[in-house]
Amino acid sequence: MCLAIPGKVISLNDNGTGQVDYLGSQVLANFSLLPDIKVGDWVIVHAGFAISRLDQKEARRTLKLFQELEKQS
Amino acid sequence: MTKISLEMGSGGRLMRDFIASRIVPRFKNPILGELHDAAHLPWGIALTTDSYTVDPLFFPGGNIGTLCINGTVNDLVVSGARPAYLSLALIIEEGFELEELEKILESIKKTARATSVEIVTGDTKVVPQGQGGKIYINTAGVGRLLGRPQPAKIRPGDKILVTGQVGEHGLAILLSRNKFPLKAGVKSDCAPLLFLLPFWQEGVLWMRDITRGGLATVLAELAQTISLPLLVEEAKIPYSTRLQGTVEILGIDPLYLACEGRALLVVPARKADEILKKLRSHPEGKKAAIIGEVEDKIGRPGEALLETLTGGLRLLEPLTSELLPRIC
Amino acid sequence: MSPPATIHLPFSNWRTKETADRLLKAIEAETRNLPTPLKLMEVCGTHTMTLHRSGLKPRLRQVGIDMISGPGCPVCITPDYYHEAIIDLLVGRGDILVCTFGDMTRVPTRKGSLQTVVPAPGSRLKIVYSPEEAVAEAHNQPEKQVIFFGAGFETTIPGITFTVKKAAEEKLKNYCLLTAFWLIPPALKAIIEGGELAINGFIYPGHVSAIIGEKPYALVAETYHLPGAIAGFEPADILLGILSVVKQIRSGQPLVANEYRRVVKPEGNVEAQAIMERYLIKTAADWRGLGPIPDSGLKLRPEYSSFDAVRRFSLKLGSGSSARKTACRCGEVLKGLIAPTDCPLFGRQCRPDSPQGPCMVSYEGACLIEYKFSGVKSYD
Repeated sequence: MCLAIPGKVISLNDNGTGQVDYLGSQVLANFSLLPDIKVGDWVIVHAGFAISRLDQKEARRTLKLFQELEKQS
Repeated sequence: MTKISLEMGSGGRLMRDFIASRIVPRFKNPILGELHDAAHLPWGIALTTDSYTVDPLFFPGGNIGTLCINGTVNDLVVSGARPAYLSLALIIEEGFELEELEKILESIKKTARATSVEIVTGDTKVVPQGQGGKIYINTAGVGRLLGRPQPAKIRPGDKILVTGQVGEHGLAILLSRNKFPLKAGVKSDCAPLLFLLPFWQEGVLWMRDITRGGLATVLAELAQTISLPLLVEEAKIPYSTRLQGTVEILGIDPLYLACEGRALLVVPARKADEILKKLRSHPEGKKAAIIGEVEDKIGRPGEALLETLTGGLRLLEPLTSELLPRIC
Repeated sequence: MSPPATIHLPFSNWRTKETADRLLKAIEAETRNLPTPLKLMEVCGTHTMTLHRSGLKPRLRQVGIDMISGPGCPVCITPDYYHEAIIDLLVGRGDILVCTFGDMTRVPTRKGSLQTVVPAPGSRLKIVYSPEEAVAEAHNQPEKQVIFFGAGFETTIPGITFTVKKAAEEKLKNYCLLTAFWLIPPALKAIIEGGELAINGFIYPGHVSAIIGEKPYALVAETYHLPGAIAGFEPADILLGILSVVKQIRSGQPLVANEYRRVVKPEGNVEAQAIMERYLIKTAADWRGLGPIPDSGLKLRPEYSSFDAVRRFSLKLGSGSSARKTACRCGEVLKGLIAPTDCPLFGRQCRPDSPQGPCMVSYEGACLIEYKFSGVKSYD
């Protein structure tokens, strides 16, 4: 029940929607569930609604964890 | 079952069962029994037929006109024949716009010219409004055989190739049929495969054009045909980035998206690199790739296996039902 | 130059074999000294799908983890009588436009499926990607009554509910919802209290959690002492979640771990929760397979009931269990009590092109996934 993609906000309209880019395809997303969204933010889009903003720091932290796992093994 | 269901025309198991139980035994003969894309006739020619019911009629990258010529041409090419003559039968619904019909006919003319085939006979019918899908087209084609698929010669170690990026046609159709709020810039890959004809002299053992049911369906059918397992690597399958993005947004499995201008080839291992190089020297084949091989160490006879990006194994089965977008 | 065959995701390490290998190794180091196999339940259908599509399930079994699929599939748990009510409308009334997500249209009922029934003149079915498309149709076709048939969990509920907010503000007269809104935490509680299964821990749905946050799962750890982890949907995400749960089992300290922090905030999506609170109210809901669970569903508040299709069209939704009398055992599959292969119909009468129950219809139904993806024994 959770199919969604992490895309980049590339434009915002003044009616609470905007274009999110994912690998070169653009989906029209509704941002009413994420006030204060800005162009350039990364968001999770599910069924045409942006439901969460991606935290880049947390993402990098997890990627670093993968590297650390290699050192441990 | 007393009535025909839509699923029976989808190309999946129900349709195969229908053909296996009601068609083949009824019209029993050894040529039909081969069930190639085209029939190899004893006069050194191949004969094929296909009906086109695509909806919508016009889509990015083509229309029913380009499809009905390329599709039949491609069936002949992958069966080893140089396409020469086609028949053209039109079933038109009353009320269909003449302007649209003209556009389709012009496309047919252009595509036939581009593929060096001649429309030599045909038929036109008009059915009352409400009894047809605007226009249905059937084309039958003949061509002279210059090679033959030889599935019996396929051995473990033989390589499996695709001639280009897959799934574009199916996705283009899905997007233009449904008008989702997406901009993908994906066009149908509808194109002739004539550039493959010389490869019958290069030692190619088997060809199949990848149509309805996508790459996975053709792989499953190949495995069944040769009764050997095969292993394909997901990482090696060529997809356009745009397609990858769109299928993830919608939740569609790209392995099952149709093509209309791509082929799967089986070639002997020692010739694979050379054939790949030659394919890539053609503009229509520049994204060709070796995606896997026929196996003898892994899998059971008739199994088409996919090694996933993550290093797991997945069994590929033919398409069973229409691809629909998901939320889950 | 070789053609670009792999996709270059933002953060593409989440899918590679290397990352998966390392995480599986780390899991094995933890399970080595535990009684295996450990049975972990992934609740979300998208997790089930990822596990199978990536071929991870057999590899997890090799490191001592058995993944059991829970009832996280809205198509699977929505009883037939919802579809039948919509089918009645579509077939019996003119100028109706039913909009819905793809899966719902293939569910077979006594009256056929949404896809196969023949609509009344002027009526039709439209598959949409977003519920916003349904609102747009209502604007573009004022002569039609547009009904959005929305079944979903907390990931999808806020977006669907937003369309009511919009329709109310724009005074749209020809738009309404048939809602089948299901809540995960009460279902978890019902499964645990049902006592029928021996689950050692849970993998919580990452995007449901993006909406509801971490707190609603606290009862699982605190009251029932079962470990759990919120996980995302890339293969590496799920493995991270499993690693966390296994560590909790070893330490004997169950909690609600958040292994999807790049997306899930502890408090969740406050705006989405506010929309749900404003427009919806809790209700008892009848889950296929699990049966009725109090306060496990949501429906429109009375002041917005004019947007409720049940009221607008006087729909009769069945009461009690909607199971058709067949040998289909989807109910037990949904509870993780039996595997799809234990059902007598599986692979025989019940196949993807002739589904007998919802678990074979839905793309994340356990039975369809088992059929499509699990024909493979381990070949290592």
